[in-house]
Amino acid sequence: MIEEVGTSPEGDLIINVGPQHPSTHGVLHLVITLNGETVKNCEPHLGYIHRSIEKMCESLSYRQFIYVTSRMDYLSSHINNQGCSLTVEKALQIEVPERGKVIRVLMAELTRMASHLLWWGALGMDVGAFTPFFHAFREREVINDIMEETCGARLTMNYIVPGGVMYDIHPNFQQKVKDFITLFKSKIDEYDTLVTGNIIFQQRMKGVGYISGEDALSYGCTGPVLRASGVKCDIRKIAPYDGYEKVQFEEIIETGCDSYARYLVRMKELKQSLSIIEQLLDNIPEGEFQAKTKAVLKLPKGEFYSRVETARGEFGVYIISEGGLTPYRIKFRSPGFSNLSALHHMTKGSKLGDLVATMGTLDLVIPDIDR
Amino acid sequence: MTKEELKIKLTELLPTATFDETGEWLNVMIDTKDWLPLANQLRNYFDLQFDFLFCVTAVDWKTHFNMVYHLRSTKLDHYLVVKAKIADRKNPEIESVYKIWRTADFHELEAYDLMGIKFLNHPGLRRLFLQDDWVGFPLRKDYVDEVNMIKL
Repeated sequence: MIEEVGTSPEGDLIINVGPQHPSTHGVLHLVITLNGETVKNCEPHLGYIHRSIEKMCESLSYRQFIYVTSRMDYLSSHINNQGCSLTVEKALQIEVPERGKVIRVLMAELTRMASHLLWWGALGMDVGAFTPFFHAFREREVINDIMEETCGARLTMNYIVPGGVMYDIHPNFQQKVKDFITLFKSKIDEYDTLVTGNIIFQQRMKGVGYISGEDALSYGCTGPVLRASGVKCDIRKIAPYDGYEKVQFEEIIETGCDSYARYLVRMKELKQSLSIIEQLLDNIPEGEFQAKTKAVLKLPKGEFYSRVETARGEFGVYIISEGGLTPYRIKFRSPGFSNLSALHHMTKGSKLGDLVATMGTLDLVIPDIDR
Repeated sequence: MTKEELKIKLTELLPTATFDETGEWLNVMIDTKDWLPLANQLRNYFDLQFDFLFCVTAVDWKTHFNMVYHLRSTKLDHYLVVKAKIADRKNPEIESVYKIWRTADFHELEAYDLMGIKFLNHPGLRRLFLQDDWVGFPLRKDYVDEVNMIKL
């Protein structure tokens, strides 16, 4: 921890932002060196919600460890579960039935929408507009209700398991999602009127938190952060999983490299996710939703890596197995961790207020960073 | 480049390297002292261009440590997994590659914090998650913590 909060020998002010600050979206602690109002340095200090999930997983079986991973990126918990399930399936060469795959994609895209909606509402608050929060949560609530009905939980669903999904979808699922699509389509333009076109909002976003494509790649940024700097990186396109190769969607690329570009990428991704859901909703194949698997999973000796695209970027699961019931070593490559490491680069020389706006467009989820 | 072409190219660059082709991507096993020059070549050579270091991790094999680097080239679309063996368990050290891929900065801090591997020439090696006075490195296989660890 930093001890010399106060004034540096050069006369710069060193302050703490967080860990209990509303704009850090959780328990993130930044130590910031300020010259007047200009940020000279910004150093993240992590670990306030570190649970050592990787160590915990070493003593959990291949069915149990998936429940822990919902607690990392809790806004993309379906996609985290999917990444882990894919790794186990890859190792055991389990083929997921078509119905299972389609349900997975539907759930993953609904989660992505819910996550982007929360980000949009919270970003509004970061730059001083409180209204978007209510608009976003109104629609997000509908998704949570759909999740609750099928999965039994609203946030940490634990619905995707090795072999498919845990239960079949609720009989009301298709109708409820259709109602949601109708509702969302009537609201999405409202978002643009309310925030996107707002001149004050644009001035807070444009040219703020600049990072070039080359730098973003060097810092290991993925997801909307890297795509806003003009680099293609969507895992759903690079290495399609669970039938993403069969659906039509666009990978959103922006070349603005700033906070506004990152904002636009996520807003456009909302529409792409909606389009994926529309394509699949009436075409859920009949059949099994889960492949027949053994009650106790035992992975062969070897190393397995799989990647999925969460709402924040590339999530990787690396399992080293010694042939036992539990992993020998497991590593989660979380997108937020690498995205955060670029914050210092993005905010150097900007104003303190812009730091908050930049942090907002990085869409940080702290349990995902700390693990 | 395909796995075979990569293998030939890497053998040219580093004759002592050994390979493992069982996985999805080509694995190359090297010695720690070869890592920094090899990393420079991997990043900068025109036909390699590994510009994206997407996963860095350390593995404790009880007798030694392995540093595992997952690399991808976004321009040429090929993958490589580099494993550097750190034989000295008492004082594990390896060169930092922070200057080549800046993402290594945080990932190396994590490996230092949880596995106790020292990165030479890292700009500011510190405990990232744990407190400064924490004793031991939790991800090591011989780590025992009676208070905080729940045996499952």
